[in-house]
Amino acid sequence: MSQINHQPVDILVSTHQPEQVTLRGYVIGFGGSIVMTITAYLFARYGMLNKPVMVALLAFLALAQFTLQLVYFLHLGREFSPRLKLLVTVFMMIIVFILVGGSIWIMNNLDGRMMGTKVMIKYMNSQDGL
Amino acid sequence: MSEAVTQTLNIIKSNKLIAKYDKDARDIFGFWVYLMTDCVLFASLFAVFAVLRHNTYGGPGASLLFSMPYALVETIILLTSSFTCGLAVLSAQLKHNKRVLFWFIVTFALGASFLGLELNEFHNFIAMGDSWRRSGFLSSYFVLVATHGLHITLGLLWIAVMSVFVLKRGISDLVMKRIRMLSMFWHFLDVVWIFIFTIVYLFGAIRV
Repeated sequence: MSQINHQPVDILVSTHQPEQVTLRGYVIGFGGSIVMTITAYLFARYGMLNKPVMVALLAFLALAQFTLQLVYFLHLGREFSPRLKLLVTVFMMIIVFILVGGSIWIMNNLDGRMMGTKVMIKYMNSQDGL
Repeated sequence: MSEAVTQTLNIIKSNKLIAKYDKDARDIFGFWVYLMTDCVLFASLFAVFAVLRHNTYGGPGASLLFSMPYALVETIILLTSSFTCGLAVLSAQLKHNKRVLFWFIVTFALGASFLGLELNEFHNFIAMGDSWRRSGFLSSYFVLVATHGLHITLGLLWIAVMSVFVLKRGISDLVMKRIRMLSMFWHFLDVVWIFIFTIVYLFGAIRV
C-alpha cells in the first residue's frame, strides 16, 4: 500500500502549472510595439529612401513587432517539453508563406503572360470588334 | 491504516489536480490551434489583396484613398487595448476582481473606439462612391479589413460576457481559463493588425 507511485496518465500538453504572466513582459511588449509602429510610420511618411530599401525596412519592422508580440503578449516559447504550440505556429508560418508567396508568384506570372489592355483593344479592333 | 488512506486520498487529489491542469492546458492549446487556422484565413485574404492592389479600374488607389495619421491612431488605440487586456489577465491572476473589471472596461472602450474609427472610414469611402463595388482593389481591401473588424466585434462581445462572468461568479478556474483564451484572441487580433497596417496602409502610402 505504501508503494503507490503517482503516475500522471495521458499527458498531451504537460504544463504542471498554468503559465504565469508578468507585468514586465507586457510593458516590454507594449513599449517595443509602440516604438516600432511609430518608427515605421515616420519612415513611410517622411523617409526619403528608395523603394526596395523602404519595403525591406517596413517588412523588417513588422516582422520584429510580430515576434515581440508573440513572445511577450502571446507567451510563445515558454511552454514545457513537447513544444506543440511552437510546432503549430511554425507550421502555420510555412502554410502562410506558401499561400501568400505562391499566390503572388503565380498571379504575377499570369499577369506577365496576359495581353495588356491597349494591345487587347487593338487586337479586338483588328478582329472586327469580335 | 488511516495513514495509508490519507496518503491514497492525497494522491487521488493531486492526480485530479494535475488532470485538471492538463485539461486546461489542452483546452488552451486547442484554442491556439484555432488561432493558427484563423491566421491561414487572414493569409488568404492578404494574398488576394496583394494580387489585386493595383487593379483600381480607374478608381482611387491606396495612396490617394487612405489617410496615414488616421491609420496610425487606429493602430495605437488597438495596441493599447491589447496592453490593457494583458493587464486584465495579470489582475485576474492575482484575483483582483475589481481591477479585472476595470481593465476589461478600458479594453472594451478602446476596442469599441477602434471599431468606430474603422466603420467611420468605411462610411466615408462608401459616401465618396468608393465602396467594394468600385474596383478589385477596394473589394479586397473591404473584405480584408472588415473580416478583422468582424473579429473585433466578436471579441468585444466576448469581453462583455466575461465581465458579467467576473462580476457574477468571481474568478473561478473556469473563468480564469476563459480569460486567458480571450486575451489570446485579443492579442492575436492586434498581431493581424500589424500586417494590415504595414501592408495595406504603409505600403499603400509609399506606392509599392
